[in-house]
Amino acid sequence: MSVVFKTDETFRDDFTFRNSPRAIRRFPLPFVEDKYMYSVNIEPHTPGPQGSITEFQFDVDEHYIGECKDREIVLNEDPLRYQALPHMMSAQWDVLELLMNNMSKDYPEQFSLTKQGNRWTWHNRLLNIRDEFTFGDPGTLPREPLDYITRQAQGDFVVMDQREGDFFIEAGMVTTPADWSLDFDMGMTFKEWHGPVPLAHEMNVFDRALKFLLNLRLNEPVRRLNWTMTINPRLDTSPEFYPRWGKDRATVTADNVADKAHIRVELQGLWRLPRSNAILFGIRCYLLSIREVATVPKWARRSHRALRDLHPALVDYKGLTRYRDLAVAWLSQYDDGLPTSPGNGPD
Amino acid sequence: MSHSNTIQVIVSAIHQVTPLIKHFVLRAADGNPLPAFSGGSHIIVVMRGGNRVYRNPYSLLSSPNELESYEIGVRRGDPSRGGSVFMHDQVHVGMTLEIAHPVNLFQRDKLARKHVLLAGGIGITPFIAMMEDLRSGAVPYELHYSVRAPEHAAFKDRLTERHGDRVTLYYDSAKQFMDIEGLLARQPLGTHVYVCGPAPMIERVIQSARAAGWAESHIHWEQFNAPPVGEAFDVELAKSGITVTVPPDQSLLEAIEGAGVDAPYLCRGGVCGACKTKVVAVDGTLVHHDHYLSADEKASGAFIMPCVSRATGTKLVLDL
Repeated sequence: MSVVFKTDETFRDDFTFRNSPRAIRRFPLPFVEDKYMYSVNIEPHTPGPQGSITEFQFDVDEHYIGECKDREIVLNEDPLRYQALPHMMSAQWDVLELLMNNMSKDYPEQFSLTKQGNRWTWHNRLLNIRDEFTFGDPGTLPREPLDYITRQAQGDFVVMDQREGDFFIEAGMVTTPADWSLDFDMGMTFKEWHGPVPLAHEMNVFDRALKFLLNLRLNEPVRRLNWTMTINPRLDTSPEFYPRWGKDRATVTADNVADKAHIRVELQGLWRLPRSNAILFGIRCYLLSIREVATVPKWARRSHRALRDLHPALVDYKGLTRYRDLAVAWLSQYDDGLPTSPGNGPD
Repeated sequence: MSHSNTIQVIVSAIHQVTPLIKHFVLRAADGNPLPAFSGGSHIIVVMRGGNRVYRNPYSLLSSPNELESYEIGVRRGDPSRGGSVFMHDQVHVGMTLEIAHPVNLFQRDKLARKHVLLAGGIGITPFIAMMEDLRSGAVPYELHYSVRAPEHAAFKDRLTERHGDRVTLYYDSAKQFMDIEGLLARQPLGTHVYVCGPAPMIERVIQSARAAGWAESHIHWEQFNAPPVGEAFDVELAKSGITVTVPPDQSLLEAIEGAGVDAPYLCRGGVCGACKTKVVAVDGTLVHHDHYLSADEKASGAFIMPCVSRATGTKLVLDL
């Protein structure tokens, strides 16, 4: 069955975002056990089962058009959500090539790429975009290469240059952040960027992750899942616009928590880029309301337990303090105490 | 995790460019362009010779803008070590070899205001590709290339054609020696220095730069140690439950691989740290040849880098 692309979905104001039954089944529940704690949960980004979110390197799903539109809205209001330092131009082309090659190969009905030497033609049928350009010549594209291609992709993208045995955040498109700011973090090292994360530093998670990433190889991308919760299916939960969404947390009640509270999962991918030797960090976001979680009995049981027993420091860091108990209470009606099967897939 | 995805290549040309160096041109066996890479990258070439498998790192010297072929330069090394001799004596045009995707452990710093490249002998190879990247940029660069005598100046013509007076050659035979201290002293602030060549040259550049107050972040070097030869010794692999004999002319890593145990690696030259392995027990001495472990780690005897390091004594047990 091919994906039906929704054309008029919103992630703000009237929040018309909904998941189809198919989208629910492929949701990457972040709780692989009944208990959640950080780990360096990195695995090779190899193809998953057909129809799963990891079938392809870059997942394009039913929310594609709405997500691209939401990105445009954010950028019109706040252009600094896209930034790239001058020395990152070769990395920008690397990202454009990686995305175009994969999207056109994996979704040939939606995207096509033809190359005649350095003369490339890109056709995006979902957004009705068609451009001819010269690979390597920024003057032939309507925008900088990274800006151009990430406006046509789901998820946020950060490009890190590698120097001095470290990574520096020096380019990115970040319009769907879980309360962090590209503009604030530009130029930071890997550990500075992760400075606010509790507990993980003491666990040496970032030392190990950094060491691992320094040796990340071409053609051997890796991935991990991260998660938080969001009130309303809002993609742009940025510090820049905190006054718009922070207050939503105070609107949650026992009656509306199932529809308002969403588990927000980030499928994070890391790719070594060939010409620049930089690293692309992709943050692909999936939203599922608590009510949608409960449509899968295993997920209801497990999410109830994982949220109930979450470490207090993580509750605070993820911003769940005000409504976690309401979500746990609502989910508890679906937890009959039965064991859950291994893995995070639906039964 | 070893290389899961290698590329089959066909040797499309071989040139003897100096008495000791051969230049190999490799094309993808499937006829497609090879993967893009950045200047300073190397590939691992897998050579299957008789009952031995050699995996040697070689810097890519072809232009990162030309992906129809990869080019490498191989200096004929110590006859007791197989890889380079195999490349010189056994590899012929039309032969298929296996390579791993490029890895860059010697990349240029993109924020440098100037790049100074210092090469000795076969150490020239990573700079040839790096200079192709630099050529299209606006940042000044210069190469200083030292060889024993004019007939040993591999790729000299290619370099002077492409880069003109940015290239300075030094011939030992003509008593021309690089004034490393003087060179470093006259560089503008923000310059990065890169050195690849014999160990004493690298050491001297690092020491001179430090003495002149250069920041560590501005000093770059690459030296692939060929795995040194030594006496045979036995290694017990605790997790696999087997004991392997490491012959004099094989590295510990090669012997482990030869026994069918999949050990992690990346550079195979003692640089990257990927093969760092826990030593469970040792009765004897670890002979460290790597540039990765700190002096404290080496002294502790808790870790070894099997790609280049060895052991003497009666017992070595590794966590593999």
